[in-house]
Amino acid sequence: MDIAWFRKKKTPRTPVEGKLSKVPEGLWVKCNGCKQIIYQQEVVRNSNVCPKCNYHFRLTAKERLTSLLDNGIYQELDSEIYSIDPLKFRDHKNYKDRLRDYKERTGLNEAIITARGTMGGFPIILCVMEYRFMGGSMGSAVGEKVTLAIERCLDESVPLLIVSCSGGARMQEGTLSLMQMAKISAALGRLHEKGIPFLSILTDPTTGGVTASFAMLGDLNIAEPRALIGFAGPRVIQQTIRETLPEGFQRSEFLMEKGMLDLIVERSEMKDTLIRCLRFMVNENLPRRSTEPGRLQP
Amino acid sequence: MAENDRFEDPIRELELKITELTAYPSSPDREKQLERLQKKLSHLRREIFSRLSPWQKVLVARHPKRPYSLDFFRLLFEDFLQIHGDRKFADDSALVGGFARFHGRPVAVLGHQKGRDFKDKIARNFGMARPEGYRKALRILKLAEKFSRPVFTFIDTPGAYPGRGAEERGQAEAIACNLREMARVRVPILVTVTGEGGSGGALAIGIGDQVNILENAVYSVISPEGCAAILWKDPTKAAEAAKSMRITAQDLKGFGIVDEVIPEPEGGAHTSHEETAEILDRYLTRQLEALDGIEPEKLLEDRYRKFRRMGMFGQTRYF
Ligand SMILES: [Zn+2]
Repeated sequence: MDIAWFRKKKTPRTPVEGKLSKVPEGLWVKCNGCKQIIYQQEVVRNSNVCPKCNYHFRLTAKERLTSLLDNGIYQELDSEIYSIDPLKFRDHKNYKDRLRDYKERTGLNEAIITARGTMGGFPIILCVMEYRFMGGSMGSAVGEKVTLAIERCLDESVPLLIVSCSGGARMQEGTLSLMQMAKISAALGRLHEKGIPFLSILTDPTTGGVTASFAMLGDLNIAEPRALIGFAGPRVIQQTIRETLPEGFQRSEFLMEKGMLDLIVERSEMKDTLIRCLRFMVNENLPRRSTEPGRLQP
Repeated sequence: MAENDRFEDPIRELELKITELTAYPSSPDREKQLERLQKKLSHLRREIFSRLSPWQKVLVARHPKRPYSLDFFRLLFEDFLQIHGDRKFADDSALVGGFARFHGRPVAVLGHQKGRDFKDKIARNFGMARPEGYRKALRILKLAEKFSRPVFTFIDTPGAYPGRGAEERGQAEAIACNLREMARVRVPILVTVTGEGGSGGALAIGIGDQVNILENAVYSVISPEGCAAILWKDPTKAAEAAKSMRITAQDLKGFGIVDEVIPEPEGGAHTSHEETAEILDRYLTRQLEALDGIEPEKLLEDRYRKFRRMGMFGQTRYF
């Protein structure tokens, strides 16, 4: 085992468990960034980041939870909530059948896992989106689980962390999906008023209705390197303006340059950075104070 | 789809006939005939408009003669004073608003604005607002809150503008902020979807205590064309997508997304802006009266509950 990876870090931390998503079983993987063939164990040990080009492989929600929480331990919340098919939606396939397929494929009920745990000793509630489940799209079930998580944070005065990874609202649930943006944002307004920290992590990709609601509303909006982040998809924009988009358009570094992100953080540094933020935000010595209504500026 | 688009043709033909007939000198015979044709026209309008498909409703909602926000400001309110700019970057004429009086009472108004002629359409970016538009809307909302005035919003947009500059200046952030802040503005907000309720760009001025939709308006998470392009891989399947997404006023009422469906004049809102406004006025007057006198705390709690309830999902209980 390569011990060097541990030495590089300021604090030792458990390597990410589980297999890489989107990679076939085997010893070797192809990197989407540099297209090189790399020994899989090497990638896994490096927080699922390519050791050659720093490409951040997409994590499953479970891998993400394990990587962020102390000892990789978390307690899942509201796992009994699942999507139904309120519209009887059908394109080439029934939405109902699609849901069943994704459930079988991912072993998950929904495109998000909400959980509680501790991070650097701070109790915290997390919502982590699962891209493998219908592209991490947000329907009523995702909206409900996030809202319930926020309401728990309100009840318990516990910080909220949301890791976004989503193509946006789920078309198969029509306008009900759109309304989840309103529902979650309203709940976040209450969290803000109560002075409870909300850290938003944006990973590749975060677009559409997810960006245009909770992902951009963090006290801090923190992205992984080179993540695609935007409102409209690059193809739609290309069709609208009919010109080539600049290199790196809608990538984390571009958004940071435009002032839309607070930080870009390497995966290996993410947990440490979040803990440092929480040290600033969570003040145990003071009674929790609400910000005055009307004082909040976007 | 072609014949689908031409559902108004029989109405137009009959209207033309009536116009032609009125050119003749008046005679008892002509009057009789006119009366008969008018009756026929009314019947035909009712007949056709009661059987509109979801896609046909999309076309009515996008009708080039449909009343736009500035028409509603003029017809429903007095003394409209438009205010401009987001104090950060620019003024966006795709989203308009300002102060006005509603039955004599000071209120704030805001809405998307499409252009009427070609030049105006371009200037108003076809009603697709940029971040500046949403930030101006939030300014108006905050002013209304500061001076305790109710707010009326009018939704009619294909969607937020998907352009390079809009992305660079934080389209997503602008919309997100509005969603959060509108939920907390301590004055009554009355929302009406008057035409196209296009996705996040519509919702960004769509949080309120009362959400209305005109009978032939639509409200959707993505345009039917966009949905068809993604799920059917074929933009010409827009009619099918419109049907599948259940975007009509009546569907939305069923899902608890809108509170009231406002009837339009026979043959759609574009046949008479005045009559449309008269009908809407009756609803808004009653709704504002009902919201008057509610304490801000309760108002916000009710508003929160209203959106909190939205969504349909399953829940397995393990006992
Ligand atoms: Zn690589």
